[in-house]
Amino acid sequence: MRHVFAVRIGPVGFRVGSDWRAPVAALEHLYRDYPKPDDDIPDFSVRLFAARFWRRFVRPSVMIGGDYYLPDAAPLPLRLGLLAAEMGMNLQMALAQRRYLLLHASAVERDGRALVMTGMSGAGKSTLAALLMTRGWRLMGDEFALVDPATGLVHGFPRLISLKNQAIGVMEAACPDGRFGPLQPDTPKGDIRHLVPHARAIQAMRDPAKPALILFPGFGHAADERPVLPGEAFVRLTQASTNFVAMGETGFDVLTSLVKNTPARAIDYPDTETALAMVERLWSEIV
Amino acid sequence: MSGALLAATLRDPAQATGYDAPTWNALIAAARAEQLIGTLAHRLDGQGISEAAQRILTDARASTDQGRILALWEAEACRRALVTLNVPVVLLKGTAYVAADMSAGQGRMIGDLDILVPRDRIETVEHALIEAGWEWVKPDPYDDAYYRQWMHELPPLIHRERDRMIDVHHTILPLTAQITPDADAMIRDSVTLANGLRVLNPQDMICHAVAHLLADGDLAGGMRNLWDIHCMLSGFGTQGLEERARLHGLHRHVRRAARLANALYGTAIPQDWRTRDSVDALFKKRLLARDGWGQVRPKWVEHGFFIRSHWLRMPPAMLARHLWTKWRKGHRPN
Repeated sequence: MRHVFAVRIGPVGFRVGSDWRAPVAALEHLYRDYPKPDDDIPDFSVRLFAARFWRRFVRPSVMIGGDYYLPDAAPLPLRLGLLAAEMGMNLQMALAQRRYLLLHASAVERDGRALVMTGMSGAGKSTLAALLMTRGWRLMGDEFALVDPATGLVHGFPRLISLKNQAIGVMEAACPDGRFGPLQPDTPKGDIRHLVPHARAIQAMRDPAKPALILFPGFGHAADERPVLPGEAFVRLTQASTNFVAMGETGFDVLTSLVKNTPARAIDYPDTETALAMVERLWSEIV
Repeated sequence: MSGALLAATLRDPAQATGYDAPTWNALIAAARAEQLIGTLAHRLDGQGISEAAQRILTDARASTDQGRILALWEAEACRRALVTLNVPVVLLKGTAYVAADMSAGQGRMIGDLDILVPRDRIETVEHALIEAGWEWVKPDPYDDAYYRQWMHELPPLIHRERDRMIDVHHTILPLTAQITPDADAMIRDSVTLANGLRVLNPQDMICHAVAHLLADGDLAGGMRNLWDIHCMLSGFGTQGLEERARLHGLHRHVRRAARLANALYGTAIPQDWRTRDSVDALFKKRLLARDGWGQVRPKWVEHGFFIRSHWLRMPPAMLARHLWTKWRKGHRPN
C-alpha cells in the first residue's frame, strides 16, 4: 500500500495501509503519542483502498478491507477516511480477536480496579467513560473491554474516543483543552468527532485491572438502580460480546467467572450529572 | 510476492527463525488471506520466533482447534439427522480430514459441512435435513433452479440455530462440466469411520481435492487446496492413484496437481510425473498471487482464472444465457 501507519492500542497492534495520504495523516496526528506494535509485528492489518483505480481520484471512495472484512460493506467518501480507518480496526477486533474475551463495553480504572459499562448503542457508556476520565479516572476504553482468560483481568483498549451527536458538545464543554479530531458530519451514525484520551490513559494502557463493578446504564429515564444477578449479567454480556461463541469453552469459562466474582448493577439516569453521581456512590458502596 | 514466501515457509519452517518484521507481516497477511494461518502455526510449532509473531500463531491455533470441535459436532448433528434413512453419508474436504485424523486437517480452517450422498436418495436426505432444522439460503428462484438442474450439489442449506451451512453433493463436479467423475464408485469404495459416517478412500480423496482445485472454480484459496493435496500425496503415496484418477477422467489434472505441489511444497512424486508443462507456470502465478498485504496481485491473473472457471462449468450458449440473466438481476463482476 502507498501510505502506511502502525500503532499499538492496549495490547493490540495494527497497521493501516491506504491508497490516500489523508487518512494516514489524520491517524499520525491523533495517535502521535501512542507506541508502535511490539516487535513491529502488528496483530492485524487494515486496508483502505479504492474499489477501482480511477476511484482514487474521481469521487474518491474508501473501501474498508484487511485481514478480516465484511464482504458487502459499503464504501465511505474520502472525507470520512479517518472514520473508515477506525471502523477497519474495530472490525478486526470484532471478527478475529481470540486472545481476549471481547466485550462491547467502556471501562475506566481507579486504584487498580475496573468499572465496566455496557449497554445498547445510545445508553451512554462511551460518554460516561469520557466524562469519568475528566474526573480522575483512568480511561481504559470507550468501545471494547478485553478480559484475559488466563487471569480474569480486564485489559484496556483506549483508542480514540468516538463521540457522536450530542456527546460532542458535552465533551467539548467538559474537556476544553482536549485534543479533538476534525468534526465529521453526516456519517452513517450521524456527526462524529474523535477525542484523544488523556496522556495517563495512553501511558498506562498496558496495565490491566481487576474487574470490580459491571454497570448496565440506560439513558432517558428517572434515576433508578437495581442489582443484576449473575445469570442476567451473563446473558446480557454474551449479547455484548462479539467473540463469546467463537471462543468456545474458554469464552464460557472466563465469562462465568467474571459474572460470579463481579457485582453488577443496572442504572437509569435522566442526565449525565445524575449518572456520574450514581457511579461515584455505587463505587464507594460496593468496591 | 508473499504467496511464494508462504509456500517456502510451509515447506521449510526452520527458515522463519531469521525473518525480520516486514517479512513476518507479509507472511501473516498472506497466510490469513489463503486461510492457511492455522496450518502455518502448526508448521512453525517449536521454532524460536519473535514473541509478537508467536502470539498471533498461538491465537490461530486456538481458533482452528475450536473450529475442529465445531466441524466434528456439525458432522455429528448431520449423522443424527440422517441415521434412520440408511443412506451412506460421505464426509468431504476439511471435515473429512479432521474426522479421519489426517495431517491435512492439522490447523485447517473449516467452513461449511460438505457431504456426498447417492443421487437417487438426495430428496430423502434434503427432507430429513429440513425436518432437523436446516433451511434454504438462496431465496432467488433462478439460483435455486440452476442448482437443482445443473449443479453437483443442492442449493446450500443453513441450520437455523447453529448458523452453519451444509452442502449436500451427489457428485463432485457440476453436471455441466466436461468431466464426469464416477460418483457411484466413490460412494461404493468409501471407508466407514467408527461412528458410521464415511470418508472417501485415499485415492478418491486426492481425486476430489484435485477436481475441486483444477477442474472447477477460479483457484481462489488454491494454496490451501494444494496444501491438502501435498499432505495426502505425502501420507498416502501415489500407488494406484493414476489408475483411479483415469476412472474419474481426472488423470491429467492429478498429474498437474502433483507437479504444482512438488513445485510449491516440495512434495515427493514419481520421477516420471516430473514432466515439463508450459501451462503450469500460469497456474503457479495464480496460486502465488498475493502481495505483502494479502491482496491478489496482479489482478489480471485473477480475472483470467475467473473467466476460465465459467468456461469450465458451462458450454458457451449456456454461459451466455447465464451471464445475461445475472446481468439483468443486477450482478456485476468485481
